[in-house]
Amino acid sequence: MKRSGILYAAAGIIALVVLAGFSYKGGIYVSQYWSEEQKSLIASLSLDALPALPVDPSNRVADDPKAAELGEALFNDRRLSANGKVACATCHLPDRQFQDDTPFGHGVGQTNRRTMPISGTAHAPFLFWDGRKDSQWAQALGPLESAVEHGSDRTALARQVVTHYRRDYEQLFGPLPELTSLPDHASPEGNPAAKSAWSKMTEGEREAVNRVFANIGKAIAAFERTVEPRETRFDRYARSLQAGTAPNNGLSETEIAGLALFIGKGNCINCHNGPLLTDNHFHNTGVPAVEGLPEDTGRTLGALQVKNDPFNCRGRYSDAEPSDCTELNFMVSEGEALVRAYKPPSLRNVALRPPYMHAGQFRSLDEVVRHYNEAPPAPAGHSELEPLKLSDSEVQALQAFLASLNEEN
Amino acid sequence: MTRRQILKSRLLWAAPLTLIAMVGIGTAAKMTASLPEDLDFSLTRYSDAGLYETRLDTDTKPVSIGVMHVFTVTLKTRDGKPVEKAALTIDGGMPQHGHGLPTRPRVTADLGLGRYRVEGIKFNMPGWWTVTVHATSGAGSDETTFNLKL
Repeated sequence: MKRSGILYAAAGIIALVVLAGFSYKGGIYVSQYWSEEQKSLIASLSLDALPALPVDPSNRVADDPKAAELGEALFNDRRLSANGKVACATCHLPDRQFQDDTPFGHGVGQTNRRTMPISGTAHAPFLFWDGRKDSQWAQALGPLESAVEHGSDRTALARQVVTHYRRDYEQLFGPLPELTSLPDHASPEGNPAAKSAWSKMTEGEREAVNRVFANIGKAIAAFERTVEPRETRFDRYARSLQAGTAPNNGLSETEIAGLALFIGKGNCINCHNGPLLTDNHFHNTGVPAVEGLPEDTGRTLGALQVKNDPFNCRGRYSDAEPSDCTELNFMVSEGEALVRAYKPPSLRNVALRPPYMHAGQFRSLDEVVRHYNEAPPAPAGHSELEPLKLSDSEVQALQAFLASLNEEN
Repeated sequence: MTRRQILKSRLLWAAPLTLIAMVGIGTAAKMTASLPEDLDFSLTRYSDAGLYETRLDTDTKPVSIGVMHVFTVTLKTRDGKPVEKAALTIDGGMPQHGHGLPTRPRVTADLGLGRYRVEGIKFNMPGWWTVTVHATSGAGSDETTFNLKL
């Protein structure tokens, strides 16, 4: 019996020693030792894996510093709005990750969607929550003529360029057209009066104004291309993990547990992958509809709009050859999977910018993670989510990990 | 030590070791999440009904997430003759997730000698993907499915 007592103790000690290799924090498994597959997934999320800025063949001034300078001025110019009070920077606040902390953007009116941050969007093949634009420059044009954002119109915008930016514009894009004989307010979009005035212009006049309009977008895009993500604690952790140097110094045990969930049981990496933590595709994740807003079909309408957009990569105002427009040429433009599908935004800095989802449906990251954990059915279409069965401490660990993606000053 | 005592001591050792093994197996099972073990990742395969030998040449190795790929499909009859002027369509997806490709690829050039350029293939998640080539020629219609692990 004495001998078996010793055996009991020895067996217990061995079990403890072996299990100590796996430590438990608040009831969740903390992986101190990553598998090669896990290491490779972690490296794929790191800023070190971000490729160089992709060329934008549709915008020949995309990398011209003078265009970026003009673009920054236009981005901050309130005169490009119907009431002289709204600039791009009104909703895309430069000191707030180029977003505005509210569920809906507020320009001359209120939009139906959450303002998206700008950092890293030069890497995105489609822009807006529903991808209704296929370049940063085409995206920049939408709000300028939106009745609830800038509320302006094409001839008014062209006039602003003639009045305030002639020299800088002409250095980049060549001579501005003569606009004096054109209506003050005309556009193929917007109110009936503007539409009617536009329809009375000649084809040549319309094209000349469209070209100025497109170039406004191209200059703004040249500026937006310079807004890129910065290193975070997670990136430093990922780099030291790859190098094999003190890998656990950068993140807490809870954050590491959250990272293991992010690339594993939480399935987050399915859509939030790559160094920007977005796959730039469109997913229906059963996000609730907002009462009182018009029906929102997400990518279903967005795909149709980008296909027919005169300012898309294949359009006459693009500098690209049609064969350059691979994203547009091979995009999926119809089907059930597009219904209420929205683009996953980059998760860099996500903890610093509630509320969440395309119409600010969730106030906190806790609500977001619990939504993914429960996976309710979608209001329309089919949700891609499956219930995750995460414990409370796992939900918290995931949130802790997301905060490690915050850029530090 | 009696036989009974030896057995008992072995059981004492077995209990914690079994527990450790179970933790290990449980973790491993979660990591691989029902990926079929017998998946064939070869890029030269026979079509379902055996009409064609189909080869997929990928433009990057390993194939990456988030980039638009240009692949080459080579089609031969079972006795090794190139199948020219075939009509090819391409689709694919993730069998474990029940969704297709995020893009709509198609043949953009007949390169001759049974080779076809396929553009517009993109993968947007890590995991097991399939790419299926549907081919129709004088030899008949058949399809070949390739497995890729990203």
